[in-house]
Amino acid sequence: MIETENLTKKFWDLTAVDNLTLHVDDGEVFGFLGPNGAGKTTTIRILCCLISKTSGTATIGGYEIGNKADWLKIRKTIGLVPDNVGLSENLTAYDNLDFYGKIYDLSDTQRKENNKRFLEMLGLWDKRNVLAGTFSKGMKQKLAIARALIHDPQVLFMDEPTANLDPEASKTVRDFILQLKKEKKTIFLNTHNLDEAQRICDRVAIMNTSLRAIGTPQDLESSVSGRKTVIGLEQQVNEPVLGALKKLPLKNLSINGDTITFDVEDPDKENSPVVETIVLAGGHVRSINVVGSTLEDTYLKLLRK
Amino acid sequence: MRLSKAWIVAARDFKIFRRVKNVWSSIIIFPVVISVLFPVILEYLAVRGSHGLAAPGVLPNLLNSFSFFLVIGAANVPLGIASYSVVGEKVEKSLEPLLATPLTDGEILLGKAISAVIPTLVAMYAAAVVFMVGIDGVTFNTLGYYYFPNWNIATLLLVLMPVAIVMSVLFSVIVSSRVNDVRSANSFGIFILFPLLGIYLSSETSIITLDVSTLLIISGAILAVDVALFFLSTKTFRREEILTKWK
Ligand SMILES: Nc1ncnc2c1ncn2[C@@H]1O[C@H](COP(=O)(O)OP(=O)(O)O)[C@@H](O)[C@H]1O
Ligand SMILES: [Mg+2]
Repeated sequence: MIETENLTKKFWDLTAVDNLTLHVDDGEVFGFLGPNGAGKTTTIRILCCLISKTSGTATIGGYEIGNKADWLKIRKTIGLVPDNVGLSENLTAYDNLDFYGKIYDLSDTQRKENNKRFLEMLGLWDKRNVLAGTFSKGMKQKLAIARALIHDPQVLFMDEPTANLDPEASKTVRDFILQLKKEKKTIFLNTHNLDEAQRICDRVAIMNTSLRAIGTPQDLESSVSGRKTVIGLEQQVNEPVLGALKKLPLKNLSINGDTITFDVEDPDKENSPVVETIVLAGGHVRSINVVGSTLEDTYLKLLRK
Repeated sequence: MRLSKAWIVAARDFKIFRRVKNVWSSIIIFPVVISVLFPVILEYLAVRGSHGLAAPGVLPNLLNSFSFFLVIGAANVPLGIASYSVVGEKVEKSLEPLLATPLTDGEILLGKAISAVIPTLVAMYAAAVVFMVGIDGVTFNTLGYYYFPNWNIATLLLVLMPVAIVMSVLFSVIVSSRVNDVRSANSFGIFILFPLLGIYLSSETSIITLDVSTLLIISGAILAVDVALFFLSTKTFRREEILTKWK
């Protein structure tokens, strides 16, 4: 549905997006993950034909970005939820939606139907005659989503839709995205929230000016080897225990109060000698856990590169 | 460019304007002042005073200059509206989603222009009727029904005023897309009034006479400026800058 090849955007001498090559399948929820300034918004703006690309190619549904002849078709295919919701504050929720319905040439009945459907789906129907300017952040975000969907686009671009929302509002938005996924919409989701990406995205790209990794959240997690053993003691780690541990060939040993952490490759074999050593040195073990690497680990590791 | 699309933008702006006090005041205050004040001034200066202005030969020229002031007033009114409607969008950041729709730049700009021109025309025509009735009221003894009919003011209202309003609106739209607050948009917008003021002063000092043919020539010139400004506005409305620099 979305394909880019070596897509690059330069602002004067600053490269915001560097040789981005990716594809997003039909009906996929695609997470575009990266820290502030990673080029996420810039990428969305290029894909929505809002700003020009410096080089490379990009297509949406086979239509080419930057080709004047495809311009209108792309716009009818996509819906955009920008990072600033961009509602008309002096219009009611209903009028905000209705205006966009008119732009997309929906008939009167179709508009009425869609306005009602989306306002109801997002729990805003009761507030339809209230000015958008008086809405809470969460309500504004929902209205912006409804607006982007009013013409039933095949592809929905969302730029950090849950940033600045309280946990409850974030959850509503995420649940709604999952609902859209059932309707087979393709969703390109900018986010800097790992947890969110992991929970709702089929595939995730990690971006920091250039693409760092791409795959399912599970793929990315296991791409960083590095499980850890975490041992909790009943008391603070003392000198004898520490001395004994240091004699063992442990990788990345770290002590934090009553907790001992080290890298482990085969926990079944490696953990028991460590525990024995601790006990012999007079320590009392309270708990042992093996933790896998998380998407967060992958993310942080890739960004450091 | 599809007029129907521009109209959708304009219709939304009308809805927004209903709730914005600044827009209301610019639509109402100036027309009211101009339409009431001038007949009153004339009453005191020309009719009751003893300046000899009441002489039938002098009065019509004075009145023609006065009525030209209606045009200047008309050009002043949309400055407030147009700058609000463009700068307002910037502040709300509502242009980004709009630019992602199938609307073209020309349709958006034309919509903005229509939404400022129409309320101005309505307000100024209402003001003109009050003005003409008022002037006729105070000059009836010397001139009879001066304005009913009068080709001079008909040309002025029906030809010159619309093109002057359009000029002012387009100029204001261009200025507004370059600045970030309504106040500076307004203060730059005032510049468009200078040429009109020049014409007004020339007529007051009898350098030109504002008869029908002169008015038509001025209108033609302004129309040419309108066309040029419209193209300039679509050229200066660069999407990329609007999104990335309009902070
Ligand atoms: N109009 C612009 N002019 C210059 N630099 C810009 C402009 N827009 C964005 N940038 C820069 O491009 C980089 C990427 O920005 P952006 O795409 O907004 O990142 P993100 O959305 O991931 O936070 C940043 O370093 C930002 O400062
Ligand atoms: Mg961003």
